[in-house]
Amino acid sequence: MQFHRPETLEAALHLLSEEPVRLLAGGTDFFPALAGKTTAEPVVDLCRIKSLNGISRSDGAWRFGATTSWSDIRDADLPAQFLALQQAAREVGSIQIQNAGTIAGNLCNASPAADGVPPLLALDADVEIAGPAGVRRVPLERFITGVRRTVLQPGEIVTAVLVPEKTGTHSAFLKLGARRYLVISIAMVAVALDCADDGKISEISVAVGSCSQVARRLPSVEAALAGTPAEPTEVKACLKDVDLAPLAPIDDVRAPADYRLIAVRELIGRAVLMAAQEGR
Amino acid sequence: MALTEFDELQGVTFQLNGHAVRIDGPPAERLSYALRERAHAKDVKVGCDAGDCGACTVLIDGNPVCACTTALGQVDGATVETQAGLVANDETGKALAAAFQRHQAAQCGICTPGMMVSAIGLLRRQQTPTEEAVKDALGGVLCRCTGYRKIIDAVLDAGNSVEAPVGGVGTPMARVDGLPKVTGTEKFGDDVAPADTLTLRVVRSPYHHATFELGDIEAYRANTGVDLVLTARDVPGTNCFGVIPGFEDQPMFAETETRFKGEAVAAIVGPADLVNGLDLTAFPVKFTPLSHALVPEEAAGIADLHEGRAQNVMCRGFVKRGDPGPALATAAVVAEGSFSTGFIEHGYIEPEAAFARRTGDRIEVHCCTQAPVMNKEGLAILLGLPPNAVRVIPTAVGGGFGSKLDLTAQPFVALAAWLLDRPVRVTYSRSESIATSTKRHPSEITMRVGADADGNIVAAEFDGVFNTGAYASWGPTVANRVPIHASGPYKTPNYVARSAGIHTNTAPSGAFRGFGVPQSALAQEPLYDDLANALGIDRLEFRRKNALRNGDPTVTGQVFETGMGIGDCLDALKTHWDRALAEANEVNAKGGPRRRGVGIAGGWYGCGNTSMSNPSTIRAGVTAAGEVVLHQGATDIGQGSNTVITQIFATALGVPVPQIRIVGPDTDLTPDAGKTSASRQTFITGNAARLCGEALRARILRLANVSDAAELEFGTGEIRVSDAAGERRISLPMLEPDNGDYVLEAVESYDPPTLPLDENGQGSPYAVFGTTAQMVELEVDLALGTVNLLKITAAHDLGKAINPLLVEGQVQGGVAQGIGLALMEEFLPGRTENLHDYLIPTIGDVPPIETLILETGDEHGPYGAKGLGEHCLIPTAPAILNAIKDACGARVSHLPATPDKVLAAIRSQTAPDKVKADT
Repeated sequence: MQFHRPETLEAALHLLSEEPVRLLAGGTDFFPALAGKTTAEPVVDLCRIKSLNGISRSDGAWRFGATTSWSDIRDADLPAQFLALQQAAREVGSIQIQNAGTIAGNLCNASPAADGVPPLLALDADVEIAGPAGVRRVPLERFITGVRRTVLQPGEIVTAVLVPEKTGTHSAFLKLGARRYLVISIAMVAVALDCADDGKISEISVAVGSCSQVARRLPSVEAALAGTPAEPTEVKACLKDVDLAPLAPIDDVRAPADYRLIAVRELIGRAVLMAAQEGR
Repeated sequence: MALTEFDELQGVTFQLNGHAVRIDGPPAERLSYALRERAHAKDVKVGCDAGDCGACTVLIDGNPVCACTTALGQVDGATVETQAGLVANDETGKALAAAFQRHQAAQCGICTPGMMVSAIGLLRRQQTPTEEAVKDALGGVLCRCTGYRKIIDAVLDAGNSVEAPVGGVGTPMARVDGLPKVTGTEKFGDDVAPADTLTLRVVRSPYHHATFELGDIEAYRANTGVDLVLTARDVPGTNCFGVIPGFEDQPMFAETETRFKGEAVAAIVGPADLVNGLDLTAFPVKFTPLSHALVPEEAAGIADLHEGRAQNVMCRGFVKRGDPGPALATAAVVAEGSFSTGFIEHGYIEPEAAFARRTGDRIEVHCCTQAPVMNKEGLAILLGLPPNAVRVIPTAVGGGFGSKLDLTAQPFVALAAWLLDRPVRVTYSRSESIATSTKRHPSEITMRVGADADGNIVAAEFDGVFNTGAYASWGPTVANRVPIHASGPYKTPNYVARSAGIHTNTAPSGAFRGFGVPQSALAQEPLYDDLANALGIDRLEFRRKNALRNGDPTVTGQVFETGMGIGDCLDALKTHWDRALAEANEVNAKGGPRRRGVGIAGGWYGCGNTSMSNPSTIRAGVTAAGEVVLHQGATDIGQGSNTVITQIFATALGVPVPQIRIVGPDTDLTPDAGKTSASRQTFITGNAARLCGEALRARILRLANVSDAAELEFGTGEIRVSDAAGERRISLPMLEPDNGDYVLEAVESYDPPTLPLDENGQGSPYAVFGTTAQMVELEVDLALGTVNLLKITAAHDLGKAINPLLVEGQVQGGVAQGIGLALMEEFLPGRTENLHDYLIPTIGDVPPIETLILETGDEHGPYGAKGLGEHCLIPTAPAILNAIKDACGARVSHLPATPDKVLAAIRSQTAPDKVKADT
């Protein structure tokens, strides 16, 4: 059995070019997928590649290295726009999972209930990918294509998640589950917004997870909320009958589809008010 | 090119608990497995292999992570710390271990390593954390025993050092067996096999119901290189086991037909690395699926699963008293409803595990069990051996709650070790454990209860259908117990209760804390609220009015002249009730999306077997050297029998607890103390321990010819006996020995007095009933249907609290299981076979619990003590449902009350505010 711990991205890409391998980082999805077994395939552990780890800012964008853990994100000193992401980090599984699980692993695992996806969608994140043909950037909205499916090609590695800097943007994240910790969500909502001086929402993005095969932005909701005063009555009225497309929740062991839609409508309103409150 | 590579030959080196270690194993292997099996760090526990339970938490470079989701190769060069190392080497670890002991934060102890390691990760960063910080830090570790509150207490108190009391009956002393649990040296079912023991895995049916044919087994064995393949053909005895006489119906290996998904058809045995690497779907067996039933209403539509059980009715239960029909017809008010609950998984963090070895003509089985003697008898029948050829040695049990009464993994390793004459071990995976272990019976109940205009219950009628699964297990017990208990602890002069256990193609339903009584309380207690509300009587007052008092007949006509304590429990809640209602009114008057509610429910439970003999025997002796030895065969699954039985014995004999050495449990060394179930150990084995201590004391007093008031002091080779007349010394080596072990020995048994039930279920089924009433304060989010528990106040009549700290632990743990039953738990065969789809409460789901201990005494119990284990969870779920209804008017009758069901119930009523105003 081969177990590689490359220390550079180049070394990792070289290993990928030679034979099919399993990529390993935090292990929090890698091992549960094996259902108790030990893999016999070659493994490439990405955790020793320093360039893939850490949070930095340059040229009007924030860069989250692929193997940055949820604990690092949770504890980092980040501007207001990232509050939703940090709130999500706090809700990822447990401290144990947050200490090991990585931001890119959360995206690549492509679970409909991935906690990191809604806040990153709301922040217009891009995924940076390195591969045999060089580096490419894919908007997160297009990166995850289905349940457990991404655009990642053989030989490619996600190297970072990039988020455009937006001063004045505030955000909030809400996760709904049937217990307090170790929750796979029934629904989750991330909102990022800017409010004008008159208290009206000037720009807003709303993303919802666990209510479709892939977490989605909600264009109709965003359009309806833009220009609305960030006040309980107005927000509630605005959301009352708004179209929740493209959500397409299913019935599963966690909740029935119709409940998910009811809850999402409520959670969006609360997240909008939370984010607006942060901006005051 | 910088490239670090590892393969098995190089090994992985790291610091483990301060020592440099090198592990030669596959680097992609789980760190948890490598630490346990290759570095012998057995204090790292495996509960799920998926990051869902946190039992395997270790510190890697100071950060808590799950070792089961970390590759061995990833810790090369790192620092790894486990519970045992932290307690041995780290001052914070030592202090935390002491606090865990002091607070009894470890019950069974299986989650304790994960809890303590996570807590130390926190305490190194924050010396005086808040409760919220403790919850955040420990939220990733599941505990099924404690209800988490003692764990929170211990972490918050880790900075202090206080001497814990030690003493006999009534003393809240630490567990006598607690130290190994908090220091990482406890040995559970998977911790005892010697290195290089062969590993066994079970081949199971993937279908709910199927016939099957085996292929070429010998060719499979030869091709894979395993040492042994077992099927039904290899069972030397009778291929059938069970727990209730006349209902033994479960094969060790299915012969031609599998009746539930996960039923065993074969087992393979060989070296661990070989067997663990096999893909069992390649095993030569061909299944042909049959039509199946998963719920009772489908059961009549499939062929009978067992001969002689027509329409798949396993058995029925019945109790009738008075004439309920006319009484209900003329009642001033009648409340009625239909209620249901699903399968509830026991969810102990320790999966089933066993290890066996042959010793000549005998077989020795080490296993996590609640019933060593029953296991021994069952194994003897399966193996075709005389019972005395089987020795069962219970390991520490990482949670049981009823499911570890039945045989599970033991027969496989016993048979394999017997045939191979080599040690063999097995440990179930989490999904294997959930798929195949017994469950709480799903229930479908309809009930009507009537009261007169003054609020006196006049009659009740109860019908309950229980899904007993593919095999009987403890189903007959549930069917019998429920009709006796379905009235609740209330005067019900006219009563009829009918129950039926129905076979389906699911895992067997068996024993689970309460044997069906929690389900029946979920019908009866909400209906009591309806009656009280309809009559305009306060809900607590309504229950006080109808509470059984001493001298009142129960629904089986049994009359207790002393010890019927439900009235005391309800009275004890009165001030709490008034405060909670006032606070709820005040909060709700302010409006907002969350509404406060207060709920109450009562409960009772008869301790011991129903109208059946179930004796316990305790043996004790004094060695020539002056040592007092207690042979204690009651298995301690975390509830505390090692401590309670020792405290009782110490008090009866009149010696300090620390002077007693405990032996057992071990079927060769300890007499039969019966099974750990039915809340019987404190009451029945406790009585045997009391009688044994008294008998031994009487012998000593006779030898010294002194009065009953004499004090005993055991010294080296002598007993000093002193009373007002002076001191006498008994020289122990001078005594004629009773036997090879002891110069003075006593063996005493106790069997509770019960009477059989007649054809109407009338009689005296139990010598003792314990009673309880619990009050729940919560808030409901009206827009989301989520429920936030604020506080639970639990009043319990124990007769006498042998160890008040253990009482609190039992209550808190039972309440936590009641919370799970009410709000989140449901096993769906084939769908929720892991701990992220099957949800049990986390540390953030259990609110503060105030335990009110009532000691009304008991005619039969040792020092007046009654059982407690099952009582604690019976009222919790109905009290939660009643509080939800109080908060928002919504009645959830089909559990669990997940947010979607609560919201649907809220929306199904037109105006919550109006309903609220009416109540």
